[in-house]
Amino acid sequence: MGGFSQMKLAVNFLTIGLVLLSLPCGSYTEIPPKPPGSVTVLPPVKPAGGPQAFPDAENSNLPVFTMNYPRIQVPFEVTLWVLLASFAKIGFHVYHKITFWVPESCLLISIGLIVGAIMHSVHEEPPAVLSYNVFFLFMLPPIVLESGYFMPTRPFFENVGTVLWFAVVGTLWNSIGIGMSLYAVCQIEAFEVQDINLQENMLFAAIISAVDPVAVLSVFEDVSVNEQLYIVVFGECLFNDAVTVVLYNMFNFVAEMPMVEPVDVFLGVARFFVVGLGGMGFGVIFGFVASFTTRFTSNVREIEPLFIFMYSYLAYLVAELFSISSIMAIVTCALTMKYYVEENVSQRSCTTIRHVVKMLGTISETLIFFFLGVVTITTEHEWNWGYIMFTLLLALVWRGLGVLVLTQIINPFRTIPFNFKDQFILGYGGLRGAISFALVFTLPDSIGRKKLFVTTTICMIMFTVFIQGISIRPLIEFINVRRTNRNLETINVEIHSRLIEHTISGVEDLCGQWSHYYWKDKFLKFNNRILRKILIRDNRAESSIVALYKKLELQNAMEILDTVSGDINAGSSIVPLHEEKKGSGKPKRKFVAADLMNMHDILSKNMYKIRQRTTAYTTKHSLPNDSRTKEILIRRHTSIRRSLRPGSLNGPNEAKSQKYFSLPPGKSLDSKFPPQRLRHTGNDDDETMSEVDYPSARSRFNQPSRSSSRAMLPLRRLNTLTEVPSSSVVDLVDERSGGRGAWGRGMSRLNSSSSDSRIPVPRHDPSNGPDNGSSGDHDSGDHRPEGEQQPLSPTPAWAAEPGERDDSGTQKPLLRPQWKTRKP
Amino acid sequence: MGSRASTLLREEEIEEIKKETGFSHSQITRLYSRFTSLDKGENGTLGREDFQRIPELAINPLGDRIINAFFPEGEDQVNFRGFMRTLAHFRPIEDNEKNKDHTASEPLNSRSNKLLFAFRLYDLDRDDKISRDELLQVLRMMVGVNISDEQLGSIADRTIQEADQNGDNSISFNEFIKVLEKVDVEQKMSIRFLH
Repeated sequence: MGGFSQMKLAVNFLTIGLVLLSLPCGSYTEIPPKPPGSVTVLPPVKPAGGPQAFPDAENSNLPVFTMNYPRIQVPFEVTLWVLLASFAKIGFHVYHKITFWVPESCLLISIGLIVGAIMHSVHEEPPAVLSYNVFFLFMLPPIVLESGYFMPTRPFFENVGTVLWFAVVGTLWNSIGIGMSLYAVCQIEAFEVQDINLQENMLFAAIISAVDPVAVLSVFEDVSVNEQLYIVVFGECLFNDAVTVVLYNMFNFVAEMPMVEPVDVFLGVARFFVVGLGGMGFGVIFGFVASFTTRFTSNVREIEPLFIFMYSYLAYLVAELFSISSIMAIVTCALTMKYYVEENVSQRSCTTIRHVVKMLGTISETLIFFFLGVVTITTEHEWNWGYIMFTLLLALVWRGLGVLVLTQIINPFRTIPFNFKDQFILGYGGLRGAISFALVFTLPDSIGRKKLFVTTTICMIMFTVFIQGISIRPLIEFINVRRTNRNLETINVEIHSRLIEHTISGVEDLCGQWSHYYWKDKFLKFNNRILRKILIRDNRAESSIVALYKKLELQNAMEILDTVSGDINAGSSIVPLHEEKKGSGKPKRKFVAADLMNMHDILSKNMYKIRQRTTAYTTKHSLPNDSRTKEILIRRHTSIRRSLRPGSLNGPNEAKSQKYFSLPPGKSLDSKFPPQRLRHTGNDDDETMSEVDYPSARSRFNQPSRSSSRAMLPLRRLNTLTEVPSSSVVDLVDERSGGRGAWGRGMSRLNSSSSDSRIPVPRHDPSNGPDNGSSGDHDSGDHRPEGEQQPLSPTPAWAAEPGERDDSGTQKPLLRPQWKTRKP
Repeated sequence: MGSRASTLLREEEIEEIKKETGFSHSQITRLYSRFTSLDKGENGTLGREDFQRIPELAINPLGDRIINAFFPEGEDQVNFRGFMRTLAHFRPIEDNEKNKDHTASEPLNSRSNKLLFAFRLYDLDRDDKISRDELLQVLRMMVGVNISDEQLGSIADRTIQEADQNGDNSISFNEFIKVLEKVDVEQKMSIRFLH
């Protein structure tokens, strides 16, 4: 580990150096303006024998070397702190195993603690930057914007009922429960906290029952949870802000009043609606305005990303102005904006936006945790064993109870009910974080026990982030441990079961999510008829299939360009089975037990799992990646493409096995489609890609038939591609909105990004190695060498990612609704 | 909106579908609204492209086969009756149906009909046998690109070997049923339709 320890050492030195450098910075606060030409003296530093740096009273020479620290102080400190935190982040990833077991938030807090300790020991104050205003006005918006922008919309809207249910009712339940019980605890004399009255307890409870999006996401992204769970927890965090704000204000108001009247409660409820709906309303309005603006920005492409940020920030600030839920405003704004804006702006702007959003979010989050650690050391604390312990305990208990009860109530309304494992994760994953922290600092000083509250909140946060955050991964693995014994199954059962699973998931998708479908359909109609015309610059009706096809073509092109020309027989890296006899007859092969094990192994590792119920939504370090999806899409795209062809494939030899790939003769696709997009005959590929100048790449695709349809490409991930296409494929998967907008946008993403970064000269010589023999070697039998591009060649580049193969995953994706009537 | 009116669902039709498939009234109306929303051409039938417009089906490895299963032999349009008839296969078997007398025609969602549906996903040419090639095709669809042809061939051979009892090197429907006798097909091949 020489390299690692050296790096760590270097990082440490750098860190300490930066800290020491920033220490003197803290001691300056207000700097009175001085006449130019003179300098502020920095006490410990005196250049030895150097040029005259400090003007003596008598010496009036021109100072050659001056320092004016106060002028740059604030930006300098900010930059240093940001750098420091970022270096810490780099340091963590040097050693991968740490980040596997310990979520990054914990590490950041620890570093913050260390730095805080250093600062405290030299009696420095933490930089004044961490104040209430700074947190809520500058640090929180980027995080929430990032969360809202990258939220997968389709699952979100499908689960919006559950999300709101947990957010609103759950938070209420938690606050009231914890508040009441804490009040009861306060009555116990031994804890010496009898002076905290009910209102103060409720106020405190409202603060600490807020589940924090920052903390939760940073933990959940390290642990792969399924999509449904992620959405619900994520949505809950974001939307409980409304409830928290209302409760906080209400109890704050009430804590200062001697009595509570019933009308106040009623007003509280009304206020909740104002806060929540107002937040959403503002968000939607700003989202639409932003979309409308981007319709006209085609001549000022350079500043297009600016509009996104400005409008969302504006939404946030305006909501803060009216004291309504600013988090909801910014989230709704991002949700609304994203769809339309991404269609209007250029490719580069889109990439820029995504990257900047992510960057800002990550920086803010890093800083928040870091400062959490620092400020912990430097604030004054008041410790009270009883109160603190009970708070921790009660918070856990009430959250657990709350999740149980609420899930029971809402499960019948869900198409995918939550099982106990899900509920456990829901409950256990309720981490508190910086929002509670900032809120508790803003408690009015009239509350006598404010320091106790601060200490308790910090303990709560530390506890949840550290203990729960670190232990959640082992617990999940422990719960997942049940595996069925594969080896008892026959190969038949394995294959047919998987077939059935795919079928079921396909038919389910076909039937759609009905409880929401009516509204979604109405919205889509409204969207297409009115909104798109207003908000999108040139509204081209584009079939999802056409867009999909174009995207696939482009992907193929890029992948071919990107791969090394060497051919690797894709099967060679896999342990071959015994006895490969290829007799012309059909000898009955004896299959040894080892063969069977191999087969089971191969099947379980390689059969496609049913659709992504268990995608790890890693939105922190990268955009979600769906390489399996890409594979399937590409392999099927020939058939999809063929289905678009107006009946040109109705040959007799196809009638038997291929009939479902062709359109019925005489019927073409929807006449809505502009004709120029529909030329799909084999030689016309270049027209469908008219936006991209890919002439040389195009010509490849008219090559004579390659009999080999086997993957002949090196099995490594194409790094250059993971970024953009994965995001568009995610759009593909996510946006089920009749498909058009999302896929069209996805397509245009791939367009310009590739033209930016690639030389359109294919280096790849398609000297595909020897085919693996059999003529029956085709991908689902649907390849015809018609001078059209063979789609299989680019597929396997992701195939060998070992990290994807989840052995335990054959059974894991089976988050199917447990069929209740079967239980006797 | 003349064509629209004629495609509205009438009570008698609902009753007929109910009798044929066993869905409840509200399930049928829900499925009908789904049907109409898929039917972009608004002519009361669905073609293949309507199905392929569903994004999730596009990324389902067996998407083509599933779509194909909806279309009766040789036709390219399916109306609502046909749609429901196919979906009826996936209706869960309720307890009170299990002991129906066998003289009545078998309900569409019986175990054996479910298995027949799965069988037909393999057997494209409808000769009531899954040949090695047909098996290979489906296997190839379901399996990633990492598997070589020899391996896949071996797997297919083993599959046939396990199932084949009369030595014709293909899997007949009865053999198919036999192989899956231990599998809880009734549950696996059921979808909980909302009402």
